[in-house]
Amino acid sequence: MATIDFRVSSRAHITVDSDVCEGCPARACITACPANLFVPTSDGGILFNYEQCFECGTCYMVCNNEGAITWADPEGGHGVVYKRS
Amino acid sequence: MADFDIIVVGAGPAGSTAALVAARAGKSVGLIERGPFPGSKNMYGGVIYGRVLDSLIPDWWEQAPVQRWVTRRGTVMMTPTQSVTLDYRTAKWGRPPYNGATAFRPDFDAWLAGHATDAGATLVCSTTVTGLITDPAGRVVGVRTDRPDGDLTADVVIACDGVNSFLAKEAGLYPHADDTSHFTLGAKEVLSLPREAIEERFGLTGDEGADFEIIGCTGDIAGGGFVYTNLDSIAVGVVLRLSDLAESSRRAEEIIAELKSHPLIAPMVKGAKLEEYSAHLIPEGGYNMMPRLGAPGLLISGDAAAFCLGAGLWLEGVNFAIGGGRAAAEAAISGGDSMLDDYRRRLESTFVLADHKKLRRAPELVLSDRVQFRYPQMIADLLEDIFTVDNPRPKPGMVKLVRRAVKAHGVKLRHLARDGWKGLRTYG
Repeated sequence: MATIDFRVSSRAHITVDSDVCEGCPARACITACPANLFVPTSDGGILFNYEQCFECGTCYMVCNNEGAITWADPEGGHGVVYKRS
Repeated sequence: MADFDIIVVGAGPAGSTAALVAARAGKSVGLIERGPFPGSKNMYGGVIYGRVLDSLIPDWWEQAPVQRWVTRRGTVMMTPTQSVTLDYRTAKWGRPPYNGATAFRPDFDAWLAGHATDAGATLVCSTTVTGLITDPAGRVVGVRTDRPDGDLTADVVIACDGVNSFLAKEAGLYPHADDTSHFTLGAKEVLSLPREAIEERFGLTGDEGADFEIIGCTGDIAGGGFVYTNLDSIAVGVVLRLSDLAESSRRAEEIIAELKSHPLIAPMVKGAKLEEYSAHLIPEGGYNMMPRLGAPGLLISGDAAAFCLGAGLWLEGVNFAIGGGRAAAEAAISGGDSMLDDYRRRLESTFVLADHKKLRRAPELVLSDRVQFRYPQMIADLLEDIFTVDNPRPKPGMVKLVRRAVKAHGVKLRHLARDGWKGLRTYG
Protein backbone atom coordinates (compact mmCIF):
# COMPACT_ATOMS: atom_id res chain seq x y z
CA MET A 1 0.00 0.00 0.00
CA ALA A 2 1.35 3.37 -1.01
CA THR A 3 0.98 6.36 1.25
CA ILE A 4 2.15 9.94 1.40
CA ASP A 5 4.96 11.77 3.17
CA PHE A 6 5.39 15.50 3.33
CA ARG A 7 9.07 16.48 3.56
CA VAL A 8 8.47 20.01 4.66
CA SER A 9 10.91 22.63 3.48
CA SER A 10 11.73 25.62 5.65
CA ARG A 11 11.04 27.79 2.61
CA ALA A 12 7.42 28.18 1.53
CA HIS A 13 6.83 27.46 -2.16
CA ILE A 14 3.50 29.33 -2.06
CA THR A 15 3.22 32.99 -1.16
CA VAL A 16 -0.05 34.85 -0.73
CA ASP A 17 -0.45 38.60 -0.91
CA SER A 18 -3.28 38.87 1.60
CA ASP A 19 -3.85 42.56 0.79
CA VAL A 20 -5.10 41.39 -2.60
CA CYS A 21 -7.19 38.64 -0.98
CA GLU A 22 -9.07 41.15 1.17
CA GLY A 23 -10.57 42.70 -1.93
CA CYS A 24 -11.18 39.40 -3.74
CA PRO A 25 -14.85 38.58 -4.26
CA ALA A 26 -14.27 35.06 -5.58
CA ARG A 27 -11.74 33.47 -3.23
CA ALA A 28 -11.90 30.33 -5.29
CA CYS A 29 -8.71 29.01 -3.70
CA ILE A 30 -10.55 28.32 -0.44
CA THR A 31 -12.74 25.57 -1.86
CA ALA A 32 -10.81 24.60 -4.98
CA CYS A 33 -7.58 23.63 -3.19
CA PRO A 34 -7.93 19.85 -2.81
CA ALA A 35 -5.70 19.87 0.25
CA ASN A 36 -7.78 22.52 2.02
CA LEU A 37 -4.76 24.74 2.63
CA PHE A 38 -6.48 28.13 2.32
CA VAL A 39 -8.61 29.32 5.22
CA PRO A 40 -10.51 32.62 5.39
CA THR A 41 -9.89 34.78 8.43
CA SER A 42 -12.52 36.90 10.18
CA ASP A 43 -10.88 40.12 9.02
CA GLY A 44 -11.22 39.21 5.34
CA GLY A 45 -7.72 37.86 4.80
CA ILE A 46 -6.53 34.39 3.90
CA LEU A 47 -4.46 32.10 6.07
CA PHE A 48 -2.63 29.38 4.22
CA ASN A 49 -0.16 26.66 4.88
CA TYR A 50 2.09 25.05 2.31
CA GLU A 51 3.18 22.06 4.37
CA GLN A 52 0.54 19.54 3.21
CA CYS A 53 0.49 20.70 -0.41
CA PHE A 54 0.04 18.12 -3.20
CA GLU A 55 1.77 20.56 -5.57
CA CYS A 56 -1.09 20.35 -8.03
CA GLY A 57 -1.17 24.05 -8.95
CA THR A 58 -4.93 24.53 -8.59
CA CYS A 59 -4.61 27.54 -6.28
CA TYR A 60 -2.60 29.76 -8.57
CA MET A 61 -4.61 28.62 -11.59
CA VAL A 62 -7.97 29.61 -10.04
CA CYS A 63 -6.67 32.79 -8.41
CA ASN A 64 -8.67 35.32 -10.40
CA ASN A 65 -5.85 36.97 -12.25
CA GLU A 66 -5.10 39.23 -9.33
CA GLY A 67 -1.74 37.61 -8.83
CA ALA A 68 -2.29 37.16 -5.13
CA ILE A 69 -0.82 33.67 -5.17
CA THR A 70 2.67 32.98 -6.42
CA TRP A 71 3.71 29.39 -6.69
CA ALA A 72 6.87 27.56 -7.57
CA ASP A 73 8.06 24.00 -7.26
CA PRO A 74 9.38 23.35 -3.74
CA GLU A 75 13.13 23.05 -3.39
CA GLY A 76 14.55 19.73 -4.55
CA GLY A 77 13.80 16.72 -2.37
CA HIS A 78 11.08 18.52 -0.44
CA GLY A 79 7.31 18.64 -0.51
CA VAL A 80 4.90 15.83 -1.21
CA VAL A 81 6.32 12.32 -1.62
CA TYR A 82 4.11 9.49 -2.82
CA LYS A 83 5.80 6.41 -1.46
CA ARG A 84 6.51 3.19 -3.30
CA SER A 85 4.20 0.34 -2.40
CA MET B 1 31.91 21.76 -23.87
CA ALA B 2 28.47 21.24 -22.36
CA ASP B 3 27.93 19.14 -19.22
CA PHE B 4 25.62 16.79 -21.13
CA ASP B 5 24.54 16.20 -24.70
CA ILE B 6 20.94 16.17 -23.51
CA ILE B 7 19.35 17.29 -20.26
CA VAL B 8 15.91 15.88 -19.50
CA VAL B 9 13.90 17.68 -16.83
CA GLY B 10 11.52 15.41 -14.93
CA ALA B 11 11.79 11.64 -14.48
CA GLY B 12 8.15 10.81 -15.18
CA PRO B 13 7.17 8.51 -18.07
CA ALA B 14 8.02 11.11 -20.75
CA GLY B 15 11.35 12.12 -19.23
CA SER B 16 12.58 8.64 -18.39
CA THR B 17 11.67 7.38 -21.86
CA ALA B 18 13.48 10.31 -23.47
CA ALA B 19 16.53 9.64 -21.28
CA LEU B 20 16.41 5.92 -22.05
CA VAL B 21 16.25 6.42 -25.82
CA ALA B 22 18.95 9.11 -25.86
CA ALA B 23 21.31 7.14 -23.61
CA ARG B 24 20.93 4.02 -25.73
CA ALA B 25 21.94 6.10 -28.75
CA GLY B 26 25.20 6.88 -26.98
CA LYS B 27 24.36 10.40 -25.85
CA SER B 28 25.39 11.67 -22.43
CA VAL B 29 22.13 12.34 -20.63
CA GLY B 30 21.34 14.15 -17.39
CA LEU B 31 17.89 13.23 -16.02
CA ILE B 32 16.90 15.74 -13.36
CA GLU B 33 14.11 14.99 -10.92
CA ARG B 34 12.90 17.33 -8.19
CA GLY B 35 11.50 14.56 -6.00
CA PRO B 36 13.72 12.30 -3.89
CA PHE B 37 13.12 9.48 -6.40
CA PRO B 38 11.34 9.17 -9.76
CA GLY B 39 7.57 8.94 -9.36
CA SER B 40 7.56 10.49 -5.91
CA LYS B 41 5.58 13.52 -7.13
CA ASN B 42 3.29 11.64 -9.46
CA MET B 43 -0.25 10.42 -9.17
CA TYR B 44 -2.92 9.70 -11.77
CA GLY B 45 -6.34 8.20 -12.04
CA GLY B 46 -6.23 5.20 -14.10
CA VAL B 47 -4.69 2.80 -16.40
CA ILE B 48 -1.33 2.42 -18.11
CA TYR B 49 -1.54 1.08 -21.68
CA GLY B 50 1.86 -0.51 -22.09
CA ARG B 51 2.05 -1.61 -25.71
CA VAL B 52 3.96 1.57 -26.53
CA LEU B 53 6.83 -0.08 -24.63
CA ASP B 54 6.96 -3.19 -26.89
CA SER B 55 9.87 -1.97 -28.96
CA LEU B 56 11.69 -0.23 -26.08
CA ILE B 57 11.53 -2.90 -23.36
CA PRO B 58 10.42 -6.08 -25.16
CA ASP B 59 9.47 -8.06 -22.05
CA TRP B 60 8.07 -5.06 -20.18
CA TRP B 61 5.06 -6.95 -18.87
CA GLU B 62 7.26 -9.43 -17.08
CA GLN B 63 9.08 -6.71 -15.16
CA ALA B 64 6.79 -3.72 -14.83
CA PRO B 65 5.48 -3.19 -11.28
CA VAL B 66 1.81 -3.64 -12.10
CA GLN B 67 -1.03 -3.94 -9.60
CA ARG B 68 -3.62 -5.63 -11.83
CA TRP B 69 -4.23 -6.22 -15.53
CA VAL B 70 -7.51 -4.68 -16.57
CA THR B 71 -9.82 -7.36 -17.97
CA ARG B 72 -13.05 -5.55 -17.18
CA ARG B 73 -13.66 -2.09 -18.50
CA GLY B 74 -16.85 -0.15 -17.75
CA THR B 75 -18.12 3.17 -19.04
CA VAL B 76 -20.83 4.47 -16.74
CA MET B 77 -23.45 7.19 -17.09
CA MET B 78 -24.71 8.21 -13.71
CA THR B 79 -27.39 10.34 -12.10
CA PRO B 80 -27.69 10.81 -8.33
CA THR B 81 -29.84 7.67 -8.09
CA GLN B 82 -29.43 5.79 -11.39
CA SER B 83 -26.66 4.33 -13.48
CA VAL B 84 -26.21 2.92 -16.98
CA THR B 85 -23.07 0.86 -17.56
CA LEU B 86 -21.44 -0.42 -20.69
CA ASP B 87 -19.49 -3.25 -19.11
CA TYR B 88 -16.96 -5.08 -21.26
CA ARG B 89 -14.79 -7.94 -20.09
CA THR B 90 -12.39 -10.33 -21.70
CA ALA B 91 -9.87 -12.81 -20.33
CA LYS B 92 -7.70 -11.97 -23.33
CA TRP B 93 -6.55 -8.73 -21.70
CA GLY B 94 -5.27 -10.80 -18.79
CA ARG B 95 -2.63 -12.51 -20.98
CA PRO B 96 0.44 -11.19 -22.80
CA PRO B 97 0.69 -8.76 -24.47
CA TYR B 98 -2.11 -7.45 -22.22
CA ASN B 99 -3.99 -4.21 -22.74
CA GLY B 100 -4.06 -1.94 -19.69
CA ALA B 101 -2.69 -2.17 -16.19
CA THR B 102 -3.31 -0.40 -12.92
CA ALA B 103 -0.16 0.58 -11.06
CA PHE B 104 1.15 2.94 -8.43
CA ARG B 105 3.07 5.68 -10.16
CA PRO B 106 5.95 5.78 -7.66
CA ASP B 107 6.51 2.08 -8.49
CA PHE B 108 6.04 2.37 -12.23
CA ASP B 109 7.93 5.62 -12.76
CA ALA B 110 10.88 4.45 -10.65
CA TRP B 111 11.00 1.24 -12.68
CA LEU B 112 11.04 3.09 -15.99
CA ALA B 113 13.70 5.52 -14.74
CA GLY B 114 15.77 2.46 -13.76
CA HIS B 115 15.86 1.48 -17.42
CA ALA B 116 17.12 4.95 -18.29
CA THR B 117 19.95 4.73 -15.76
CA ASP B 118 20.75 1.16 -16.85
CA ALA B 119 21.17 2.57 -20.36
CA GLY B 120 23.68 5.08 -19.02
CA ALA B 121 21.64 8.18 -18.16
CA THR B 122 22.75 10.10 -15.07
CA LEU B 123 19.80 10.50 -12.71
CA VAL B 124 20.00 13.52 -10.40
CA CYS B 125 17.20 13.50 -7.81
CA SER B 126 16.12 16.05 -5.18
CA THR B 127 17.01 18.81 -7.62
CA THR B 128 14.53 21.41 -8.80
CA VAL B 129 15.15 23.10 -12.12
CA THR B 130 14.46 26.79 -11.57
CA GLY B 131 14.91 28.16 -15.06
CA LEU B 132 16.44 27.96 -18.52
CA ILE B 133 19.88 29.17 -19.54
CA THR B 134 19.90 30.81 -22.96
CA ASP B 135 22.74 32.09 -25.11
CA PRO B 136 22.77 35.64 -26.50
CA ALA B 137 20.87 34.45 -29.57
CA GLY B 138 18.06 33.11 -27.36
CA ARG B 139 18.89 29.44 -27.84
CA VAL B 140 18.37 27.23 -24.77
CA VAL B 141 21.74 25.88 -23.69
CA GLY B 142 21.03 24.52 -20.23
CA VAL B 143 19.09 24.78 -16.98
CA ARG B 144 19.51 26.43 -13.63
CA THR B 145 18.89 24.27 -10.59
CA ASP B 146 18.50 24.94 -6.88
CA ARG B 147 21.76 23.14 -6.09
CA PRO B 148 24.78 25.31 -5.15
CA ASP B 149 26.61 26.06 -8.42
CA GLY B 150 23.71 24.22 -9.97
CA ASP B 151 23.83 25.44 -13.56
CA LEU B 152 23.97 22.57 -16.04
CA THR B 153 24.57 22.98 -19.75
CA ALA B 154 23.53 20.79 -22.67
CA ASP B 155 23.12 20.85 -26.44
CA VAL B 156 19.42 20.13 -26.03
CA VAL B 157 17.02 20.42 -23.07
CA ILE B 158 13.92 18.23 -23.06
CA ALA B 159 11.39 19.61 -20.58
CA CYS B 160 9.12 16.89 -19.20
CA ASP B 161 8.34 18.89 -16.09
CA GLY B 162 4.66 18.14 -15.95
CA VAL B 163 1.34 19.89 -16.23
CA ASN B 164 2.54 23.08 -14.52
CA SER B 165 5.63 23.21 -16.77
CA PHE B 166 7.32 26.38 -15.69
CA LEU B 167 9.94 25.81 -18.36
CA ALA B 168 7.38 25.79 -21.20
CA LYS B 169 5.89 28.96 -19.73
CA GLU B 170 9.29 30.60 -19.30
CA ALA B 171 10.08 29.84 -22.94
CA GLY B 172 6.82 31.50 -23.97
CA LEU B 173 5.44 28.32 -25.52
CA TYR B 174 2.15 28.16 -23.68
CA PRO B 175 -0.33 30.92 -24.55
CA HIS B 176 -3.24 28.90 -23.08
CA ALA B 177 -1.46 28.08 -19.83
CA ASP B 178 -3.81 30.11 -17.65
CA ASP B 179 -7.09 29.06 -19.29
CA THR B 180 -8.73 27.07 -16.49
CA SER B 181 -11.40 25.61 -18.78
CA HIS B 182 -8.77 23.37 -20.40
CA PHE B 183 -7.45 21.89 -17.19
CA THR B 184 -9.12 19.54 -14.76
CA LEU B 185 -8.33 18.73 -11.18
CA GLY B 186 -8.03 15.00 -10.56
CA ALA B 187 -8.56 14.00 -6.93
CA LYS B 188 -8.39 10.42 -5.75
CA GLU B 189 -8.80 8.27 -2.68
CA VAL B 190 -7.05 4.93 -2.31
CA LEU B 191 -9.09 2.62 -0.08
CA SER B 192 -7.67 -0.61 1.24
CA LEU B 193 -9.71 -3.78 1.05
CA PRO B 194 -8.64 -7.43 1.27
CA ARG B 195 -7.75 -9.00 -2.06
CA GLU B 196 -10.48 -11.60 -1.77
CA ALA B 197 -13.12 -8.92 -1.19
CA ILE B 198 -11.98 -7.02 -4.27
CA GLU B 199 -12.04 -10.13 -6.42
CA GLU B 200 -15.49 -11.09 -5.14
CA ARG B 201 -17.00 -7.63 -5.56
CA PHE B 202 -15.59 -6.99 -9.01
CA GLY B 203 -15.77 -10.56 -10.30
CA LEU B 204 -12.03 -10.94 -10.78
CA THR B 205 -9.53 -13.73 -10.28
CA GLY B 206 -5.76 -13.68 -9.82
CA ASP B 207 -4.23 -10.49 -11.11
CA GLU B 208 -7.24 -9.43 -13.19
CA GLY B 209 -8.43 -5.88 -12.63
CA ALA B 210 -11.43 -3.66 -13.28
CA ASP B 211 -11.68 -0.05 -14.37
CA PHE B 212 -14.87 2.03 -14.48
CA GLU B 213 -14.96 5.49 -15.98
CA ILE B 214 -17.96 7.57 -15.11
CA ILE B 215 -19.81 10.59 -16.45
CA GLY B 216 -22.60 12.41 -14.62
CA CYS B 217 -21.18 12.07 -11.11
CA THR B 218 -19.83 15.58 -10.67
CA GLY B 219 -22.98 17.66 -10.11
CA ASP B 220 -22.85 21.03 -11.86
CA ILE B 221 -19.11 20.73 -12.50
CA ALA B 222 -18.06 19.32 -15.87
CA GLY B 223 -15.84 16.30 -15.47
CA GLY B 224 -16.12 12.66 -14.55
CA GLY B 225 -15.18 9.97 -12.11
CA PHE B 226 -13.40 6.66 -11.93
CA VAL B 227 -13.14 3.51 -9.87
CA TYR B 228 -10.41 0.95 -10.41
CA THR B 229 -8.82 -1.91 -8.61
CA ASN B 230 -5.29 -2.28 -7.32
CA LEU B 231 -4.12 -5.55 -5.81
CA ASP B 232 -5.46 -4.89 -2.32
CA SER B 233 -6.99 -1.46 -2.67
CA ILE B 234 -9.57 0.42 -4.70
CA ALA B 235 -8.99 3.85 -6.20
CA VAL B 236 -12.00 6.17 -6.38
CA GLY B 237 -11.70 9.63 -7.79
CA VAL B 238 -13.13 12.51 -9.72
CA VAL B 239 -11.89 14.79 -12.46
CA LEU B 240 -13.25 18.35 -12.27
CA ARG B 241 -13.00 21.13 -14.83
CA LEU B 242 -11.04 23.82 -13.05
CA SER B 243 -13.13 26.77 -14.24
CA ASP B 244 -16.34 25.11 -13.01
CA LEU B 245 -14.77 24.02 -9.73
CA ALA B 246 -13.65 27.58 -9.03
CA GLU B 247 -17.18 28.89 -9.57
CA SER B 248 -19.00 26.14 -7.73
CA SER B 249 -17.68 26.61 -4.18
CA ARG B 250 -17.70 22.84 -3.86
CA ARG B 251 -14.77 20.76 -2.69
CA ALA B 252 -13.30 17.79 -4.51
CA GLU B 253 -13.57 15.65 -1.35
CA GLU B 254 -17.33 16.26 -1.18
CA ILE B 255 -17.79 15.09 -4.74
CA ILE B 256 -15.72 11.97 -4.10
CA ALA B 257 -17.83 11.32 -0.99
CA GLU B 258 -21.01 11.57 -3.07
CA LEU B 259 -19.60 9.20 -5.66
CA LYS B 260 -18.69 6.70 -2.94
CA SER B 261 -22.24 6.81 -1.57
CA HIS B 262 -23.86 6.27 -4.99
CA PRO B 263 -25.90 3.03 -5.08
CA LEU B 264 -23.62 1.61 -7.80
CA ILE B 265 -20.37 2.45 -6.03
CA ALA B 266 -21.26 2.10 -2.34
CA PRO B 267 -21.26 -1.73 -2.36
CA MET B 268 -17.86 -1.72 -4.12
CA VAL B 269 -16.18 0.37 -1.44
CA LYS B 270 -18.13 -0.73 1.62
CA GLY B 271 -15.89 -1.17 4.65
CA ALA B 272 -12.77 -0.12 2.73
CA LYS B 273 -10.32 1.98 4.71
CA LEU B 274 -8.99 5.32 3.46
CA GLU B 275 -5.22 5.04 3.02
CA GLU B 276 -4.38 7.94 0.77
CA TYR B 277 -5.95 11.08 -0.67
CA SER B 278 -4.14 13.04 -3.34
CA ALA B 279 -4.67 15.37 -6.27
CA HIS B 280 -3.08 16.54 -9.50
CA LEU B 281 -3.93 18.77 -12.45
CA ILE B 282 -4.63 17.27 -15.87
CA PRO B 283 -4.20 19.09 -19.18
CA GLU B 284 -7.37 18.14 -21.07
CA GLY B 285 -7.56 20.65 -23.88
CA GLY B 286 -6.17 18.25 -26.45
CA TYR B 287 -4.76 19.12 -29.85
CA ASN B 288 -6.28 22.57 -30.19
CA MET B 289 -4.92 23.78 -26.87
CA MET B 290 -1.42 22.33 -26.99
CA PRO B 291 1.53 24.63 -26.43
CA ARG B 292 4.20 25.05 -29.07
CA LEU B 293 6.38 21.98 -28.74
CA GLY B 294 9.77 23.62 -28.47
CA ALA B 295 12.15 26.45 -29.22
CA PRO B 296 15.78 26.51 -30.33
CA GLY B 297 17.60 24.05 -28.05
CA LEU B 298 14.38 23.06 -26.24
CA LEU B 299 11.69 20.39 -26.70
CA ILE B 300 8.76 19.78 -24.38
CA SER B 301 6.92 16.51 -23.88
CA GLY B 302 4.43 14.65 -21.70
CA ASP B 303 1.96 16.63 -19.59
CA ALA B 304 4.15 19.70 -20.13
CA ALA B 305 3.07 19.51 -23.77
CA ALA B 306 -0.53 18.62 -22.84
CA PHE B 307 -0.22 15.17 -24.44
CA CYS B 308 -2.81 13.76 -22.03
CA LEU B 309 -5.81 12.45 -23.98
CA GLY B 310 -9.19 13.24 -22.40
CA ALA B 311 -11.51 11.99 -25.09
CA GLY B 312 -14.36 10.41 -23.14
CA LEU B 313 -14.12 6.80 -24.29
CA TRP B 314 -10.35 7.04 -24.06
CA LEU B 315 -8.62 8.57 -21.06
CA GLU B 316 -4.91 8.06 -21.50
CA GLY B 317 -1.76 9.80 -20.44
CA VAL B 318 1.18 7.60 -19.50
CA ASN B 319 1.31 5.97 -22.95
CA PHE B 320 1.20 9.38 -24.63
CA ALA B 321 4.00 10.57 -22.36
CA ILE B 322 6.12 7.54 -23.27
CA GLY B 323 5.45 7.99 -27.00
CA GLY B 324 6.13 11.71 -26.72
CA GLY B 325 9.34 11.26 -24.75
CA ARG B 326 10.63 8.80 -27.30
CA ALA B 327 9.95 11.17 -30.21
CA ALA B 328 11.62 14.03 -28.34
CA ALA B 329 14.76 11.98 -27.74
CA GLU B 330 14.91 10.82 -31.37
CA ALA B 331 14.62 14.40 -32.58
CA ALA B 332 17.21 15.57 -30.05
CA ILE B 333 19.63 12.83 -31.11
CA SER B 334 19.49 14.11 -34.69
CA GLY B 335 19.66 17.67 -33.39
CA GLY B 336 20.33 20.53 -35.78
CA ASP B 337 18.25 23.50 -36.81
CA SER B 338 15.31 21.37 -37.93
CA MET B 339 14.99 19.59 -34.56
CA LEU B 340 11.59 21.02 -33.73
CA ASP B 341 10.14 20.20 -37.17
CA ASP B 342 11.63 16.73 -36.88
CA TYR B 343 10.01 16.30 -33.44
CA ARG B 344 6.60 17.29 -34.76
CA ARG B 345 6.93 14.95 -37.75
CA ARG B 346 7.82 12.08 -35.47
CA LEU B 347 4.85 12.81 -33.22
CA GLU B 348 2.48 13.06 -36.18
CA SER B 349 3.71 9.78 -37.64
CA THR B 350 2.87 7.96 -34.39
CA PHE B 351 -0.27 7.79 -32.28
CA VAL B 352 0.79 10.73 -30.12
CA LEU B 353 -0.29 13.50 -32.44
CA ALA B 354 -2.22 11.29 -34.88
CA ASP B 355 -4.74 10.40 -32.16
CA HIS B 356 -4.80 13.91 -30.78
CA LYS B 357 -5.40 15.40 -34.20
CA LYS B 358 -8.14 12.93 -35.01
CA LEU B 359 -9.79 13.49 -31.62
CA ARG B 360 -9.23 17.23 -31.50
CA ARG B 361 -12.95 17.94 -31.11
CA ALA B 362 -13.45 15.36 -28.37
CA PRO B 363 -12.45 17.34 -25.25
CA GLU B 364 -14.94 20.08 -26.06
CA LEU B 365 -17.71 17.61 -26.87
CA VAL B 366 -17.10 15.50 -23.76
CA LEU B 367 -17.14 18.54 -21.48
CA SER B 368 -20.08 20.21 -23.27
CA ASP B 369 -23.21 21.04 -21.29
CA ARG B 370 -25.50 18.49 -22.91
CA VAL B 371 -23.07 15.60 -22.67
CA GLN B 372 -22.26 16.49 -19.07
CA PHE B 373 -25.53 17.67 -17.59
CA ARG B 374 -28.41 16.45 -19.78
CA TYR B 375 -27.64 13.21 -21.60
CA PRO B 376 -26.78 11.01 -18.60
CA GLN B 377 -30.12 11.79 -16.95
CA MET B 378 -31.99 11.58 -20.25
CA ILE B 379 -30.54 8.19 -21.13
CA ALA B 380 -31.07 6.81 -17.62
CA ASP B 381 -34.69 7.94 -17.66
CA LEU B 382 -35.21 6.50 -21.12
CA LEU B 383 -33.89 3.12 -19.97
CA GLU B 384 -36.06 3.28 -16.88
CA ASP B 385 -39.10 3.84 -19.13
CA ILE B 386 -38.08 1.01 -21.42
CA PHE B 387 -37.47 -1.51 -18.64
CA THR B 388 -40.33 -0.52 -16.35
CA VAL B 389 -43.25 -2.92 -16.72
CA ASP B 390 -46.38 -1.20 -15.49
CA ASN B 391 -49.15 -3.52 -16.55
CA PRO B 392 -52.00 -3.44 -17.17
CA ARG B 393 -50.78 -0.49 -19.28
CA PRO B 394 -49.44 -1.80 -22.57
CA LYS B 395 -45.89 -1.01 -23.61
CA PRO B 396 -45.45 2.34 -25.31
CA GLY B 397 -43.51 2.43 -28.57
CA MET B 398 -39.81 3.26 -28.52
CA VAL B 399 -40.20 6.36 -30.65
CA LYS B 400 -42.69 7.75 -28.18
CA LEU B 401 -40.37 6.98 -25.26
CA VAL B 402 -37.41 8.63 -26.93
CA ARG B 403 -39.43 11.73 -27.77
CA ARG B 404 -40.70 11.91 -24.22
CA ALA B 405 -37.22 11.55 -22.68
CA VAL B 406 -35.73 14.11 -25.03
CA LYS B 407 -38.48 16.62 -24.31
CA ALA B 408 -38.44 16.05 -20.55
CA HIS B 409 -34.77 17.03 -20.42
CA GLY B 410 -35.02 20.18 -22.47
CA VAL B 411 -33.17 18.64 -25.38
CA LYS B 412 -34.36 19.25 -28.92
CA LEU B 413 -34.18 16.60 -31.60
CA ARG B 414 -32.01 18.95 -33.62
CA HIS B 415 -29.58 19.05 -30.65
CA LEU B 416 -29.43 15.27 -30.70
CA ALA B 417 -28.84 15.32 -34.44
CA ARG B 418 -26.16 17.97 -34.11
CA ASP B 419 -24.37 16.16 -31.27
CA GLY B 420 -24.69 12.87 -33.13
CA TRP B 421 -23.04 14.47 -36.16
CA LYS B 422 -20.36 15.99 -33.91
CA GLY B 423 -19.81 12.56 -32.38
CA LEU B 424 -19.39 11.02 -35.81
CA ARG B 425 -16.97 13.70 -36.91
CA THR B 426 -15.06 13.39 -33.65
CA TYR B 427 -14.83 9.63 -33.36
CA GLY B 428 -15.56 8.45 -36.90
